[in-house]
Amino acid sequence: MHVTRDFSHYVRAAGEGVQHIDLAVEGVHCAGCMAKIERGLSAIPDVTLARVNLTDRRVALEWKAGTLDPGRFIDRLEELGYKAYPFETESAEVAEVAESRFLLRCLGVAAFATMNVMMLSIPVWSGNVSDMLPEQRDFFHWLSALIALPAAAYAGQPFFRSAWRALSAKTTNMDVPISIGVILALGMSVVETIHHAEHAYFDAAIMLLTFLLVGRFLDQNMRRRTRAVAGNLAALKAETAAKFVGPDEISQVPVAAINPGDIVLLRPGERCAVDGTVIEGRSEIDQSLITGETLYVTAEQGTPVYAGSMNISGTLRVRVSAASEATLLAEITRLLDNALQARSRYMRLADRASRLYAPVVHATALLTILGWVIAGASWHDAIVTGVAVLIITCPCALGLAIPTVQTIASGAMFKSGVLLNSGDAIERLAEADHVIFDKTGTLTLPDLEVMNAADIPVDIFELAGRLALSSHHPVAAAVAQAAGARSPVVGAVEEAGQGVRAIVDGVELRLGRPSFCGAEALVGSVDPEASIVAFSKGSERFVLSVRQGLRPDAKAVIAALKARNVGIEILSGDREAAVKSAASALEIPEWRAGVTPADKIARIEELKQRGAKVLMVGDGMNDAPSLAAAHVSMSPISAAHLSQATADLVFLGRPLAPVVAAIDASRKALHLMRQNLWLAIGYNVLAVPVAISGVVTPLIAAAAMSGSSILVMLNSLRARSTSREIV
Amino acid sequence: MEILVILVPLALMLGGAGLVAFLWSLKSGQYDDLDGAAWRAIADDEPAPKAPAKR
Repeated sequence: MHVTRDFSHYVRAAGEGVQHIDLAVEGVHCAGCMAKIERGLSAIPDVTLARVNLTDRRVALEWKAGTLDPGRFIDRLEELGYKAYPFETESAEVAEVAESRFLLRCLGVAAFATMNVMMLSIPVWSGNVSDMLPEQRDFFHWLSALIALPAAAYAGQPFFRSAWRALSAKTTNMDVPISIGVILALGMSVVETIHHAEHAYFDAAIMLLTFLLVGRFLDQNMRRRTRAVAGNLAALKAETAAKFVGPDEISQVPVAAINPGDIVLLRPGERCAVDGTVIEGRSEIDQSLITGETLYVTAEQGTPVYAGSMNISGTLRVRVSAASEATLLAEITRLLDNALQARSRYMRLADRASRLYAPVVHATALLTILGWVIAGASWHDAIVTGVAVLIITCPCALGLAIPTVQTIASGAMFKSGVLLNSGDAIERLAEADHVIFDKTGTLTLPDLEVMNAADIPVDIFELAGRLALSSHHPVAAAVAQAAGARSPVVGAVEEAGQGVRAIVDGVELRLGRPSFCGAEALVGSVDPEASIVAFSKGSERFVLSVRQGLRPDAKAVIAALKARNVGIEILSGDREAAVKSAASALEIPEWRAGVTPADKIARIEELKQRGAKVLMVGDGMNDAPSLAAAHVSMSPISAAHLSQATADLVFLGRPLAPVVAAIDASRKALHLMRQNLWLAIGYNVLAVPVAISGVVTPLIAAAAMSGSSILVMLNSLRARSTSREIV
Repeated sequence: MEILVILVPLALMLGGAGLVAFLWSLKSGQYDDLDGAAWRAIADDEPAPKAPAKR
């Protein structure tokens, strides 16, 4: 059978006679990698551009149309030691990137205007105490207006739009007081300038926008980065399938290019990327990612298979019913929808703060105006004082309090192997006081391990590993990997469903089912979870027990969580014996086995009723609804797509330690966010009476505003020093 | 004070030039890969560009 790889789905034209492809690359993390990749790819003739983006971990490639097959780039990167996958930019990411650029442009304009207006304001402030002529002061004010008004009109767009959206929906958000403050400050300054007054607040208004845009940009940038990582993850999971393009010809195509009704080939050791029904072949499939059950299921004609299942022994032909994961198990879809609806009710700390903030500030300003009028001041003076209150209380520090901490905390989490999927995850994770773990793939590693390698002579184990290289069976792959085998045994023959055999130096070697190797007698009291594979060399017989091992640091992590006074339990869809042994190994007294997705949600609801904030850590498709139902959720990188998309955080690598690291980092971040909010409030408490008393000059406003903003930013930087002793 | 006639436009022009330079650098994608750019500055031998690299 002839297999071709088809990348045409990802290639796009970039100008005349040039084609472009984006590849997501695994393992690029330093300047060395960057130079190596760019040099290696540029060396291919006809390549016109090879540029690594280290932030997004991607390579952009361009070449003369029709001269090269994109598969060659992937092979070349493989030779260089990097795994690369074609990458398709999602529309959501395109929007984030555009938004991020727009904010940066606004920030540039606002910063330019701030600096220039400040340059004009300082002579006015010093001139007011020395001998500046009123005409000169007016001239400087008019110049300030000339710079500040257009700049504010442009750079204020993000706030004005958002405020308008909120007002049209008859709600309010932080941008409403910001917009009102900026517009009133500018309007009042223009009126004052016309009347040759001493004070104008152009500098304060535009500086406010600059500081707020810094916060807004940081927030946006964090989201953009998260989105880019999520996009890469989707690409790295190599969503391709072997589609039949002719009776005997298959093509390796991306899932996006597969339609319902197509027929795909599923070889042993491959993970199914589509939902469908088996139409030919017989095999065992591992559905642990979907159900949590570690026992293999027999698949034959008519058996439904779901995306995420691993094919174990035989080759299957599958008719596709849904290429995406749209149909999966109807029950999971329904549960997931319900859970997601419930979740959107969470209100972020910033929103809660602004909900309190806006009415208080506006009432204070109004009372100030009325108070002064009653006290006998003119309407003009009263309004000027009222606007000064608005300017001084404009939530400059408040707008920075949360995004700066979030940006720095997410960077710290990124370093310890945790990626954020949603912006408010930090706040919710910090509140978690009860952790529910799924067992399969979460507490245990997703790949198989040889448990009794130490009992087997080294040379025998090595030989078994080399023989195992000739089989596609996942258990054999685990043996080969455990033995560190590199060179396959020459002349090995695989007998489907039985094992592999070969003759080396006149001695027959066999690896496979115990019956295949004549080793049934050795299979005794081994644990129920393990798969047994036998190896025979001549008349010598050995058995290897292969199973999913616990994550290396699982026990230490559980102990660390207990030390942090967090409740722990296991909810697994697997059999009782398997869950029990894991629970006792980890010293977790609370566990439940054979739990359905609906039961998991019921348990989470029960805990919620008791007031617990649940962190759900799971990887299977059966966990997806409970991941959405929990207060906050986490998935390992090896999780099913759906779970990963639903989880708030994703952690990388084999250890479980990132779970504790993330909890620690988020608790610290929440602490700093609260502290920042208090700092901002404290500043207002000090500054507002001054503003109400009517003695605020533009100089005081500018100093107070920048002082509080810088204080909040400096405080946020403390989120960077994460404690190293995680476990 | 006649010096203002020169100094004020000069200051605005300098600021404006800075803004234009910033907008140009943003447009040409110089903020797309901040991590990579930090390393590129100290990389010793960039592969020689085979064609005008930027889109």
